[in-house]
Amino acid sequence: MNRPPQSLRDSSPRGGASNAPTRSSPSGGGGAKRRRGSARDNLVYAAVWLACAAPLAWLAFRAFTGDLGVNPIETLVRQLGVWGLRLLLVGLAVTPAAVILKKPRLVRFRRTIGLFAFAYVTLHLFSYIGVDLYFDFGQLVKDILKRPFITLGMAAFVMLVPLAVTSTNGWVIRMGRAAWSRLHWLIYVIVPLGVAHYYLLVKADHRPPLVYAAILAALLGWRAWRKLATR
Amino acid sequence: MLIRHRPDLTDNDVTDRGLYLRRREFITGVAGLGLAGLGGMASAAPLAFSKGFSTTEKPTPKDDVTSYNNFYEFGVDKGDPAENAGRLKTRPWTVRVDGACEAPKTFDIDALIKANKLEERIYRLRCVEGWSMVIPWVGFPLKDLIAAVKPTSKAKFVAFETLMRPSEMTGQKWDVLQWPYREGLRIDEAVHPLTLIAVGLYGETLPNQNGAPLRLVVPWKYGFKSIKSIIRISLVERQPPTAWNLSAPREYGFYSNVNPAVDHPRWSQATERRIGEFRRRDTLAFNGYGEWVADLYRGMDLKKFY
Repeated sequence: MNRPPQSLRDSSPRGGASNAPTRSSPSGGGGAKRRRGSARDNLVYAAVWLACAAPLAWLAFRAFTGDLGVNPIETLVRQLGVWGLRLLLVGLAVTPAAVILKKPRLVRFRRTIGLFAFAYVTLHLFSYIGVDLYFDFGQLVKDILKRPFITLGMAAFVMLVPLAVTSTNGWVIRMGRAAWSRLHWLIYVIVPLGVAHYYLLVKADHRPPLVYAAILAALLGWRAWRKLATR
Repeated sequence: MLIRHRPDLTDNDVTDRGLYLRRREFITGVAGLGLAGLGGMASAAPLAFSKGFSTTEKPTPKDDVTSYNNFYEFGVDKGDPAENAGRLKTRPWTVRVDGACEAPKTFDIDALIKANKLEERIYRLRCVEGWSMVIPWVGFPLKDLIAAVKPTSKAKFVAFETLMRPSEMTGQKWDVLQWPYREGLRIDEAVHPLTLIAVGLYGETLPNQNGAPLRLVVPWKYGFKSIKSIIRISLVERQPPTAWNLSAPREYGFYSNVNPAVDHPRWSQATERRIGEFRRRDTLAFNGYGEWVADLYRGMDLKKFY
């Protein structure tokens, strides 16, 4: 697999937080990694990839065997959304994990995790438009304008698209490291929107979205704390 | 009022008279088994009934009706009630009917079932969440029960209350709603001939997850108005507090009539998914019962009284 120089992904302007693991695997994490592209590395990478794909495979299996319950369309749309959100949070957890565990090379998984999150979120949106609304675009427009939770969800998706598009090495080089990092800083807007999107659709039991909100707060809080601590 | 027969039922489907006459024994026996630990498993017993006002639409499969429920007393996920309601003991069970009436009374559930002529009513049920079912209930009109206690002129509203028993209704151990669950109707809604006290579905006593041993069914209102596992019905002078209205007054009004023109603040009510169908269908005003109930609301602004 061809992964980008991970250092680039970490050189975010918001400061020390995520730069730390980068500096420990500098110039060229990419080159170094390629040289060290051992069988073990490939195995670990395959494991991450399979772990990200497993919920989708499981959902597809349940869909084809008619095991999505009494209201299968709702189950499908919700599960795709929940897994998208989970992977977005896992993506945000990579940098803290790399620093705390002193395993800087963990950051090489961020692109895979992020792209999988994008895949789930895209399928979530498409299943809502194509299966739930059955391509009733009039209703879609009304929903986006009138339903705050859908407004937020759509806003998050729209911001996620350029991040997915520019996730390749080529784009990092084309944009330049600073601009690329500024763009990808959007993830700190997108994930809170995703959590709010979930929170707003819940009828009464707000515990599950609050769990996601707490995890998000911890991940962002860690970054803020690092930034202050290294100032 | 139009009375339609289900074309797929014949006289052979009517409960055998012998079985009907022995139904007390059967229920008592089953209840005994229930106490011995079988719980809700054993609760289904056949009921004798005639055929009443019904839609000709195809009923939702029984498995779906009994496994996809909003009954927060047993958990907030729709699969929770089917899983957890088995531990609810529905015998002995009494319903207190009191308030503004001359003859308040506590009814034993079995005596109540025996005293009332049961009918099957196949009604549409529209959940406020945007899905719907068609359910063959067995029950009797609420107006019969209200008439039995001789309401006075002060009876302007009817307040309903669900059992509070956290040891069996484990969802009550935390306050996702203000327990006990409460609901209410205006008196004219309550004595409307469509308003049903259901004691069964699909020809048998209610499964616990569907509100055993007795529940309200108001087919032209969102499902949450149809309170389950009732222990008290009070005739009152003022509009009573109701559970979802207390929880989110802007989202769940006292009336909560099915109305495609008045959206829930967070989602559209224009369409619904009938369980088992792929495409959404248009939601009908008063859930399609406007012909019989729209008059109750003449002159009211239904956007204001949502």
